[in-house]
Amino acid sequence: MLHAGRWKPWLFVGPALLLITFFLVYPTAATIVRSFFGKGRDLFGPNVEFVGLQNWRYVFTNNVMLSALRNNALWVALFTTFTVGIGLVLAVLLDKVKYERIIKSIVFIPSAVSAVGISVIWKFIYTYRPIGANQIGLLNAIVVGFGGEPIGWLIQRPWVNNIALIIVGIWMWTGFCMVILSAAYKNIPKPLLEAARIDGAGEWKVFRKITLPLLAPTAAVVATTMVVQVLKMFAIVYVMTNGNYDTEVIANRMYKEAFNFGNYGRASAIAVVLLLLILPFMIVNIRRFVSQEGAR
Amino acid sequence: MMTLRKVLSRFGVHATAILFGSIWLIPTLGILITSFRDSAAIAQSGWWTVLPKLFSGGQYSLENYIGVLTQHGFSRSFLNSLLISVPATGISTFIASFAAYGFAWMKFTGRRSLFMLLVALMIIPIQMTLIPVLPLYSRLGLHGTFPGIWLAHTAYGLPLTTYLMHNYMSGIPKDIFDSAAIDGAGPLKTFSRIVIPISVPAIASVFIFQFLWIWNDLLVALVYLGGKDDVIPLTVTLSNMVSDMGRSWELLTAGAFVSMLLPLVVFFALQRYFVRGILAGSLKG
Repeated sequence: MLHAGRWKPWLFVGPALLLITFFLVYPTAATIVRSFFGKGRDLFGPNVEFVGLQNWRYVFTNNVMLSALRNNALWVALFTTFTVGIGLVLAVLLDKVKYERIIKSIVFIPSAVSAVGISVIWKFIYTYRPIGANQIGLLNAIVVGFGGEPIGWLIQRPWVNNIALIIVGIWMWTGFCMVILSAAYKNIPKPLLEAARIDGAGEWKVFRKITLPLLAPTAAVVATTMVVQVLKMFAIVYVMTNGNYDTEVIANRMYKEAFNFGNYGRASAIAVVLLLLILPFMIVNIRRFVSQEGAR
Repeated sequence: MMTLRKVLSRFGVHATAILFGSIWLIPTLGILITSFRDSAAIAQSGWWTVLPKLFSGGQYSLENYIGVLTQHGFSRSFLNSLLISVPATGISTFIASFAAYGFAWMKFTGRRSLFMLLVALMIIPIQMTLIPVLPLYSRLGLHGTFPGIWLAHTAYGLPLTTYLMHNYMSGIPKDIFDSAAIDGAGPLKTFSRIVIPISVPAIASVFIFQFLWIWNDLLVALVYLGGKDDVIPLTVTLSNMVSDMGRSWELLTAGAFVSMLLPLVVFFALQRYFVRGILAGSLKG
């Protein structure tokens, strides 16, 4: 650590701290306070009175909010399982083929483009035309090709459309998980795996007894990243269904309440719910940071 | 000699690899082909019907692209996306590298707790911050302006970018600083002459990461730009098009590709740095 005098360090960290205070620290505190106040936009402006727990009652009793909470739970369960699961399978499997880099690039591309663009791609895949009409959506063309009836993938509630949206999320984020898990897999000393194979262990056994335990810590970190991502998931739902037909999620509901309906108090309470759900992961991050600091 | 079992398992590995490759390639291929077909053809038959005659001419045109660029505001939005992303990324990388150096190598009261605050803020939902900032923005005249969104993106990106660069800079050997001090270099000189040049790989990763994040953002642009045509980026224009003209697939697919063009170029040209950024961010944080 260098001594640079009393005020020079603040010259370096000051601008960042000022911006963070204005855009993150103050608003977080203000939003918590705001969640106990009424409708108007400006906390210190006219027509904003203290309403106690009214917004909070709304959050935990209103039907749309309850379905948003249920959908978020579904998102967390399926999205996290499949992004990490498929990412893990690809990380291990692609290591065994010569064209590894090509497939990895293809799966990884969605991490670099916008959720809005990806939503357009998938809206097209899910396009629905009535029975008898030519299906121009790939998925319904397949269904009809096998003699089925076209399905309103984004309309049929609550399971079909929510799962259809979650698949878009999985498609978008699996590459991210794969890249991290693949790097971890390539760090496993190969002689370790070879020795097990020579001892007669089959591939599945090698995977279960050696690879998986060694990858577990990385997979856990990736999984927490995915949970945080998915709780904040906004754009896919906003673009594809805007929460209609029972597909609402917390982040989209917060946006609607605030910026479409002008219910800033309710929207603040919804944002705080999001914060409370993410809080445990903040604590985990800080703990991990502290233990790393200690190890240095 | 390969046993039958081994042959089968090799086959399984290839089949699975190619299956996943297809699931990730086909959706994008579909809209790429569609974006070059005319609206009548799109409405009449699925895009896969062109596959048997993929390279025969006459069925493709650039009309949809010309349409979105000239009549639906995509060229203005492309420019706006650039005018938002490039300065915002520049400012945030600049401020974050100063802060990262301060946190990594300078002694001051509260250093540790302030850095812990930064780590906590890395994953704060942006939704927590929008409502209180908006009225301040209106009063300061920052709503719907480029400087307004530059500042917002800079601030939202700072915790992660500072953290990533801090990790890199704290790995610089201490001897380097000692010899700089002996040569009489002050903190600012040490920073600009030694720390920045050494940290170029980290700065490049952070820059690309942040650039793509801002280019692809929807929420921050929706809230702080207020939907004014002369400032909105591609993501907002495209999402407006989805809600206003949801069945015009010839325009939507072309618009989607226009919005993804630059990220794709960045991705293929600089994948190495992008991957490095992701690895640094997630393995440690």
